[in-house]
Amino acid sequence: MAQIGLSGIRKAYGREVVVHDLDLTIRPGEFLTILGPSGCGKTTTLRAIAGLEEPDDGDIHLGEKLVFSRRRGVIVPPEKRGVGLIFQSYALWPHMTVQRNVSLALEEKGLGRAEIEARATQALETVQMTALGARYPSELSGGQQQRVAVARMIALRPQILLMDEPLSNLDAKLRLDMRAELLQLHRDLGSTTVYVTHDQAEALTLSDRIVVMDRGRVMQEASPYEVYHHPRSLQVAEFIGEPRINLVPGTLAREAGTLYLVGDGVRLPAERARAAKGERLVAAVRPENIELSTVPVAGWQEVRLDNVQPTGATTILQVCAGATRLRLVRPGFLRIEAGIPLWIGFDADSIEFFDPDTQGNVSAP
Amino acid sequence: MTSPGAARRLRYHTVRLRNRPDLVIGYVCLVALGFLVLGPLVEIVRDALTLQPYDLAYHPDGVVGSFSLFHLERVFASPLSPALFFRPLLNSLAVGFWVTAIGVSIGSLLAWLLVRTDIRCKGLLGALIVIPYMMPSWVMALAWISLFKNDRIGGTQGFVASFLGVQPPDWVSYGFFPIVVTLALHYFAYAYLLMSGALATVDSELEEAGAVCGMGRWKRLWRITLPLLMPALGSAIVLTFIRILGTFGTPALLGLPVRFFTFATQIYASINARNNGDAFVLALVLIVIAISFIWINSRIIGIRKSFVTLTGKGFRRREIRLGLWRLPLTAAVGLFVASTVLVPLSILLWESLILVAGDYSLDNLTTHFWIGQGNVRLAYGEAGVLLNNGILTALWNSLKLATLAALFNGVLGLLVGYAVVRGRGTRLSRGLEGIAFAPYIFPSIALGAIYIGMFSAPIGPIPALYGTFAILVLITVVKNLPFTSRTGIAAMLQIDTSMEESARVLGIGWFRRMARIIMPLSMSGLVSGMLLTFITAMRELSLIVLLLSPANMVLTGVIFYYQEQSMPQHSSAVTLLLVLIIILVNVLVRLVSRGAGVSGLKNS
Ligand SMILES: Nc1ncnc2c1ncn2[C@@H]1O[C@H](COP(=O)(O)OP(=O)(O)O)[C@@H](O)[C@H]1O
Ligand SMILES: [Mg+2]
Repeated sequence: MAQIGLSGIRKAYGREVVVHDLDLTIRPGEFLTILGPSGCGKTTTLRAIAGLEEPDDGDIHLGEKLVFSRRRGVIVPPEKRGVGLIFQSYALWPHMTVQRNVSLALEEKGLGRAEIEARATQALETVQMTALGARYPSELSGGQQQRVAVARMIALRPQILLMDEPLSNLDAKLRLDMRAELLQLHRDLGSTTVYVTHDQAEALTLSDRIVVMDRGRVMQEASPYEVYHHPRSLQVAEFIGEPRINLVPGTLAREAGTLYLVGDGVRLPAERARAAKGERLVAAVRPENIELSTVPVAGWQEVRLDNVQPTGATTILQVCAGATRLRLVRPGFLRIEAGIPLWIGFDADSIEFFDPDTQGNVSAP
Repeated sequence: MTSPGAARRLRYHTVRLRNRPDLVIGYVCLVALGFLVLGPLVEIVRDALTLQPYDLAYHPDGVVGSFSLFHLERVFASPLSPALFFRPLLNSLAVGFWVTAIGVSIGSLLAWLLVRTDIRCKGLLGALIVIPYMMPSWVMALAWISLFKNDRIGGTQGFVASFLGVQPPDWVSYGFFPIVVTLALHYFAYAYLLMSGALATVDSELEEAGAVCGMGRWKRLWRITLPLLMPALGSAIVLTFIRILGTFGTPALLGLPVRFFTFATQIYASINARNNGDAFVLALVLIVIAISFIWINSRIIGIRKSFVTLTGKGFRRREIRLGLWRLPLTAAVGLFVASTVLVPLSILLWESLILVAGDYSLDNLTTHFWIGQGNVRLAYGEAGVLLNNGILTALWNSLKLATLAALFNGVLGLLVGYAVVRGRGTRLSRGLEGIAFAPYIFPSIALGAIYIGMFSAPIGPIPALYGTFAILVLITVVKNLPFTSRTGIAAMLQIDTSMEESARVLGIGWFRRMARIIMPLSMSGLVSGMLLTFITAMRELSLIVLLLSPANMVLTGVIFYYQEQSMPQHSSAVTLLLVLIIILVNVLVRLVSRGAGVSGLKNS
């Protein structure tokens, strides 16, 4: 198993800096996801690890080996790094059969014929593509092409797997199946995996650890649980979670010995906020953490139900409290009429607070 | 100077080169092409401005190599200037103007008829129209001489004189008029290719949008179609004009007998008279004219758009109905195409089959000039074309030259395309693209002249190449580079970078990536580029006429020699042989490459 170390990686295209002094250590055997909106520098980072992009500064280690250092004048070319990379477009060679796509790199390694044959067959078996070995890439569906790309990569048995939005070109159903398969693959190979995606759900389900990037900088680096429950900044909070987190701007006030955040039409308990009364903050509360009742409850707040969006397994409710709109999620397919009054309650422990100027998290741990 | 920072950067960049084969290739190509393209230019500027050994006849006490305006004075401001410079200049410009005007008009009209109307037999006509492209530009001139030769110039008479009994006047037989006509009947094919490509890509929906907006037919043509076609039209005009400035064969065949000189033939005459300095000055003037034309064109059209590439991308086009005119126009185009291809070739065939020149009666027919043994009483004892060692050697040389040039050009086009596309946006990439394109602006004869200047003495490890076969290959490769490198760039742009990157990550080395991935994927473009080079090299005369030596004769040189020696049967027969071989190779390559799965083959 191999560790990946990035330190001080910087990359600019012309004037535009797309990766800022990135430091990142990926532990042996870890499944790490780089998550961020389109254009934030994920692909650039991944390509730097593979050697397809030369950073302007910084060092890269793969395992014990220094593979790139601007300062020390080291560049190990991609063909000598021994990593496996899956491109967003799969990058299969269109003029070769599936079998040939998988075996070409094995030939280059100077393996014997029998060995090549065995490894290619095994790789195709792993992705259940043995039957289609004689086909050309253009004769395969998107999902099948994806499998061939995986087979081509694992035939070389790399210690490090890099995947650049491998599922983004597949339809929704196939995406879920392939997600599980890629995770299984990572476990079976015992490899160190860096997975790039802009899909927060993928990141949450697959990863041991998530690195959230925005505009070339790391916003947060933590476990999926941590990223979801304790986002370090407003951007991360907004980017993670579906339906989106509720943001309520307001002012801290003390009433009957308890600290509240008073917004426009709502009042949230603010015990966890690390700020003095009178300060302006933004409270963030996940839709599933708002409690709901159809009858009045003491201390809860009356709101009006605006609209109802059942998705099947869950139902999304939008409620109106004064000028503040809130999203709520309930399990199951709720049959409920818009317009009726409801009562909502907050759990003080599940609310996070952010400073609207610095965007940073100001909640007590 | 060597601070630790600088040393570190240098080391980094050295290491980096090992990681970037495209940079290495780019730099090597840049240096090599700089040497082959710009080097000669510097060399002839120097030669033109210094005294040369051959000038000592005029300047017995001059020092060879010292600065001197002697050549400039001779060309621009001496009693010789009118004959040496001004008259050829006027002649060249006049010929260039008229041929371009007529050729581009005919070519555009044909393109419009074949692309935008419902004219009949499109496939056949389209295939026939591009045949002139495969023939030497002076085939028409040879046929013209056979047709209109008169007895006043000496030698035998032609078809017209023989059959009608009237001697055509001199202005019909030789000089300005026939030069313009024969060149126009050849060069319209270039304009046709450019314009039909452009017309095919002009979306007729745009025009229909104009119609919806209430524009009339003429307004539509004027406001929508023409502006869209302007880049192609501009390129067609400039391309044709530059080619004509540099063309040698036709003005030599039809002009020299009446001492009608263009720049090209004057350069040839000066070199023959060993006044290389004059020739260099004239060549420089030609280059300046060509560059000004390109510059003016790019000003008018806008630099980005000023050179269109041919594409065959088809839109759904609505064809204009010709109605009653359909059949007559089809017939007219058919006749025209036939007259530019079949008529000259038939005349040459007949000419090659007559025993006594000038006698076109049937009982004068013979196969002597094709398969006859040498006969002292005929044609200075030269054997028939197919048994003639000199000709067969020249044929072998031509094939060797064309094949070598095509191979080198294919490889070079691929490498230049690779380096340019991989380095997109860098100065290296732009510089390389520019320099690969530069030979385009050298009129052929001028490039030949500057190669004499460059390679008549050894340069470092390179021996004096003048008079060798290698210089023919070299200049042919360089002259065709603009087209092959463009093909290479287009082919490389089609291949997504990830095709190669995925191979890199999988550990596949550069040579294997080239052989297994890049080359197969760019094959169809490469083959058509190489085929084009082959054809161009087979029919080339202007470019190499100054560099030919008896030991390295090629077919076109042989034809020119026989024509100069007034041996029309031989020159006709060899010309036919040449055209036949070109067409044969063309068909063969297309069949083979189609068989090999190379599709989309297209002349560009
Ligand atoms: N070759 C390039 N030249 C110029 N800009 C680039 C290049 N590649 C990427 N960029 C820019 O760098 C930024 C980050 O790109 P990328 O790493 O591909 O983002 P992501 O994969 O996160 O969507 C983007 O703004 C993109 O426009
Ligand atoms: Mg990306």
